[in-house]
Amino acid sequence: MFHREAGVFKTTYAADMSLFPLPVARKAIAVICVLLVAFIPLVCSEYQLSQFNLIFIAVVGALGLNILVGYTGQISIGHGAFMSVGAYTAANLAVRLDLPFWITLPAGGLMAALIGAAVGVPSLRIKGLYLAITTLAAQLIIEWTINHVPFISGGTQVSIPVPKPSLFGFQFETQRELYFLLLLAAGVATIATLNLVRSRLGRAFVAIRDHDIAAEITGIDIFRYKLLAFAISSFYAGVTGVLYTYYLGIANYEQFQIDVSIDFLAMIIIGGLGSVLGPILGAAFVTLLPIFIRGLMQSMGGLLMNENTLAAVIPNLRLTLFGVAIILFLIVEPEGLNRLWRNSRNYFRFWPFSY
Amino acid sequence: MNKRLLWVSALVVGLGPAMSREAGAQSKEVVFGMQCDRTGPTEIVGSVACVGMHDYVDLINSKGGVDGYRIKLIDIDNQYKVPPAVEAFQREKEAGAVTMAIYGTPQVVALAQQCNDSKISCTSPGFGISASADGKRYPYVFPIAASYWSQAAAAVEYAKQQLGGSLKGKKIAYLFYDNPAGREGLPVLQDLKASEGFELSEFAVPPPGLDANAQALDIAQRTRADFVLMHLFGRAPSIALKALKGNGYPLRKVIGFVWASAEADIEAAGGFGAVNGYNTLQFAGVGTDYPVHKEIAAMYAKDGKAAPKEMQSTVYYNRGIAWAALHVQALNNAISAKGGAAPNGEEVKRGFEAIYDFTLGGIVPPLKITEADHEGGGYVQVWQVEGGKLVKKTDWYRAYPEVVQKQIKMAEK
Repeated sequence: MFHREAGVFKTTYAADMSLFPLPVARKAIAVICVLLVAFIPLVCSEYQLSQFNLIFIAVVGALGLNILVGYTGQISIGHGAFMSVGAYTAANLAVRLDLPFWITLPAGGLMAALIGAAVGVPSLRIKGLYLAITTLAAQLIIEWTINHVPFISGGTQVSIPVPKPSLFGFQFETQRELYFLLLLAAGVATIATLNLVRSRLGRAFVAIRDHDIAAEITGIDIFRYKLLAFAISSFYAGVTGVLYTYYLGIANYEQFQIDVSIDFLAMIIIGGLGSVLGPILGAAFVTLLPIFIRGLMQSMGGLLMNENTLAAVIPNLRLTLFGVAIILFLIVEPEGLNRLWRNSRNYFRFWPFSY
Repeated sequence: MNKRLLWVSALVVGLGPAMSREAGAQSKEVVFGMQCDRTGPTEIVGSVACVGMHDYVDLINSKGGVDGYRIKLIDIDNQYKVPPAVEAFQREKEAGAVTMAIYGTPQVVALAQQCNDSKISCTSPGFGISASADGKRYPYVFPIAASYWSQAAAAVEYAKQQLGGSLKGKKIAYLFYDNPAGREGLPVLQDLKASEGFELSEFAVPPPGLDANAQALDIAQRTRADFVLMHLFGRAPSIALKALKGNGYPLRKVIGFVWASAEADIEAAGGFGAVNGYNTLQFAGVGTDYPVHKEIAAMYAKDGKAAPKEMQSTVYYNRGIAWAALHVQALNNAISAKGGAAPNGEEVKRGFEAIYDFTLGGIVPPLKITEADHEGGGYVQVWQVEGGKLVKKTDWYRAYPEVVQKQIKMAEK
């Protein structure tokens, strides 16, 4: 093809440890960065940017959940609640103590990490479905607590308006401005995850996922690492909650209910567990597929039925098609979009001499 | 190999947005964006009310539109989820919507700020933020129907009439959905408890409200409440009605708030015969005896079609009509105020604030929306299940406006 993988010699430790050792990968990443930073915000409308914004927020949450589910092999149906912990922590700090965005963002993440680690304690004794149920319980307990403690919820409405986020004296108001903020967040989360999973920590997580007893025998402190996995994953979730809060201008627990936890699980399963690219693709897929199906049907459906029937049919058909698409994707490639991407990349690697 | 699949998906992904682009806008057109929930937890409402909205807008368009402007209705399903609602808002804004009907309380809460920033008047009849009745604080959010505070006040007033004109020493039970919307009635009730001298007992039904037997037993046998105010959503109202009846509580002494009061709830509770006597609060007229129904039926008949079956679900269908009609009226006011020119979001806002004396043959309450009062008075009617149908018990009324006003003032802080 148009690049060589052989003959890339590494002469320094830094080169050996770089995230993308191949020149072609570095170039591709550079092109993607230029596209995201310079091209897309220039050519896209506010509406299209708002879709990117929703994807960026979802990417942060999906990456975090994948650290727990994909890399450490633990399951959590409580991530929606961890997001609400982050959201309400940030909102309370922002409103009561008038703290700026750059403090409330990590503070929301840290509080979620704390709660997440506590919720992770049962994972030391139980696995699989049993763990799923305890995290489900956590989801409901956290929801109930936020709902019933006015100190957290800020009154009967259980919603706290927050000011627009500002960083270094710049206030992010329009979708275009928020685009850069959320791109930064998603970018930092991605780089952090890429580095995390190849560190000592990440390898310990993978060892626990693959066989926890073997991992323990090789000297990995299961107690510590499982809780760390929960804490790190919840930190991402908390940050996601804070981003949602600032993006919408309000913290509201009703947008972090159990279906959100399920949606995020869907993202990482569709994207591919145990990879970094997977959750990113999954987040984009789950966010865009319904919009895409609607657009397609609005343009084509007019040939078959009148406008009013179409309006009633589209939502139902869209749900159905969404389900069918997910099933089809998973039949074609059970390991998700990430594997699909790898397969097609590997195909073109030897193209046109595939044998 | 997955190559073929890859190509097909690439093709589809590439072509989709291109095809979905709207055809060039007509010269005289105003865009009205609406969100709907036809597939989420409240589809029982959305799948009927949205048909009413479409039918009304079609009716106006078939009569030549608003001052010659065709209304373009963009309908996006938000599944009662927040991210799709944000997406829908942005899409409708891009399509040039000057006014929007938002669907769902969390969605209104999430979008209220964007409505203000974008100067697009957003409506949330019968749900949303009660405090947004205050037009000074929420300039672009319009509840345009009785808020939960007004509903609570109106329900107490009705109970007072039914119990002989005084509530002194009476026991009132508040059976509510344990979420923010459900609890919202509480401060008004507590306020009225002091001034009217009744005893208030609170019974929370935890979501999703599939069991209310313990609460019903307590109300019927232990507390022996004199009247029950029922503020439930979704499947909970029918389940609570069954439980109350099963425990021997007379449904004549039960009044449901606006989301517990549709034909669908009554059917689910065992049918009109089973819940005979049950009282319901309504923020739009009930039944098909309004002129607008005949016009819509005539419009369908002209195309050789029967009126949609949703029309028989009159509670939600009529709310859809009333909802759309208020938007159309606001557009009408805005266009006339501008002497026939196309209005922008700010002018439509003023159009809403000029709504007065517009009842559409009685289906819409006698609202008077002003710059300060976006609720328009908080009027309701009580309809009772009687002899197999809903029968009007009271005309439009509102109760204790000063108590509701006090809550709005307190929310400002």
